[in-house]
Amino acid sequence: MADQPETLMTLPLDGLHRRLGARMVGFAGYAMPIQYSGEFGGIIAEHLWTRRHAGLFDVSHMGQLLLPADADAPLEALLPGDICGLGTGVLRYSLFLNDAGGILDDLMVTRRADDLYLVVNGAVKAADIAHLRAAGMAVSVRDDWALLALQGPEAVLALERLIPAVVTLRFMRAAAFAYAGETLWISRSGYTGEDGFEISLPATLAETFAEALLAGPEVRPIGLGARDSLRLEAGLPLYGHDLDASSNPIEAGLGFAISKRRKLEGGFPGASIILDQLHNGAARRRIGLAIDGKLPAREGAAVFAGGTCVGTVTSGGHAPSVGAPIAMAYVATPHVADGTALEIDVRGRRLAARVVPMPFKPKNYVRAEGTAA
Amino acid sequence: MTRYYTHDHEWLDVDGNSATVGITDYAQGQLGDVVFVEVPAAGTHVAKGKEAAVVESVKAASDVYSPVTGIVSEANAALEGDPALVNTAPETAGWFFKLALSDPSELDGLLDATAYRAFVATL
Repeated sequence: MADQPETLMTLPLDGLHRRLGARMVGFAGYAMPIQYSGEFGGIIAEHLWTRRHAGLFDVSHMGQLLLPADADAPLEALLPGDICGLGTGVLRYSLFLNDAGGILDDLMVTRRADDLYLVVNGAVKAADIAHLRAAGMAVSVRDDWALLALQGPEAVLALERLIPAVVTLRFMRAAAFAYAGETLWISRSGYTGEDGFEISLPATLAETFAEALLAGPEVRPIGLGARDSLRLEAGLPLYGHDLDASSNPIEAGLGFAISKRRKLEGGFPGASIILDQLHNGAARRRIGLAIDGKLPAREGAAVFAGGTCVGTVTSGGHAPSVGAPIAMAYVATPHVADGTALEIDVRGRRLAARVVPMPFKPKNYVRAEGTAA
Repeated sequence: MTRYYTHDHEWLDVDGNSATVGITDYAQGQLGDVVFVEVPAAGTHVAKGKEAAVVESVKAASDVYSPVTGIVSEANAALEGDPALVNTAPETAGWFFKLALSDPSELDGLLDATAYRAFVATL
């Protein structure tokens, strides 16, 4: 579990989490719920509930930033996505890169009518803001907003009860919606591999809105523990674990984040290294591992092919929907083909593992209106 | 049979020279869902206050310390198939291992149920 610094900052829903019986831990400098107590609490129960129904996550620790609409071109100098060509109300997953092509953070960029809306990781948001400002952009930090994620196959049922028009949103699209006299910015997106929504709203409205969602029979509060196991099963990397400044987008299997135009034009940090690896391959890749038995392999565990260490686990644990341990690891390219038999060292024990495609659990996104794909 | 506890949230049932070791209900609540337990094999020497077992919850691996010094006589084989016994029956069927005590005087420093409850109330 995360270390507890002496003073943790509190988020707008702190009081609600405590009333709901959350166990609070330090995460990214904030007091956050890792899991809830009671009959329906616990990481496995919360995880499975989200896969079957709808889970409400407080992700207000993440950085919500606004840039002027004309910051699209300067933003493109920091990341490999096509931002100038991004349509209004469309989300794009992207990566802040350093000059060696290393990943400084992963983020979502959305073009709105009058600005660009960025969501960045809580643990590195101060560095991201400094990075944007150093590049000459005017950054408005919206720490007066909360951010909720409602995830799961029944998320749409629960949210449309409060805001009927959300059913019109498709995956990776966003729009403004009115609720209780305020404007909410809602996207159909998330980090669990399920259909769902991310809801940005004034901090002053957060508790009222969260309680209205929780009143729905589909919805239970879900902590950071299940958020981590859900994203791991979905094959989604977590910054600071599966991505960092020593990994680049090709190694990380995130080549899709390099937009077509940027592949042709380059002009993003580390472009020569990344485009070379895009065409000629990287020395190592982020892959998924299915592990025999029940013993989980955690971050830092060494991966072996026979007697040779060929990689390192960057995330791993029990996967509640798979019913077995799974892991993500960076492994030398000769050993990354699906089905390759490898071993993982856990406290001197060699666990049999094999390379499997990610996601470990098929994704359940709503690509076209009303159709799960 | 006498039940003892430690400040590290292990329990110990002592019957003559043999003892059964497990973790307390408070400990399992803190760990959350247990998915794997690594227990010492029969014949293993364990030392008071030293790592003797590992509990893997969904979130993390945690060491379990032996409350006393001794030689393991039996590991709880049921935990292999059903590690969640640690959550559902931590102080009964979810025991970890049995051992033969090397130094019964080590029991003097352990807590009784009243003292352990008082200790947990301060946490």
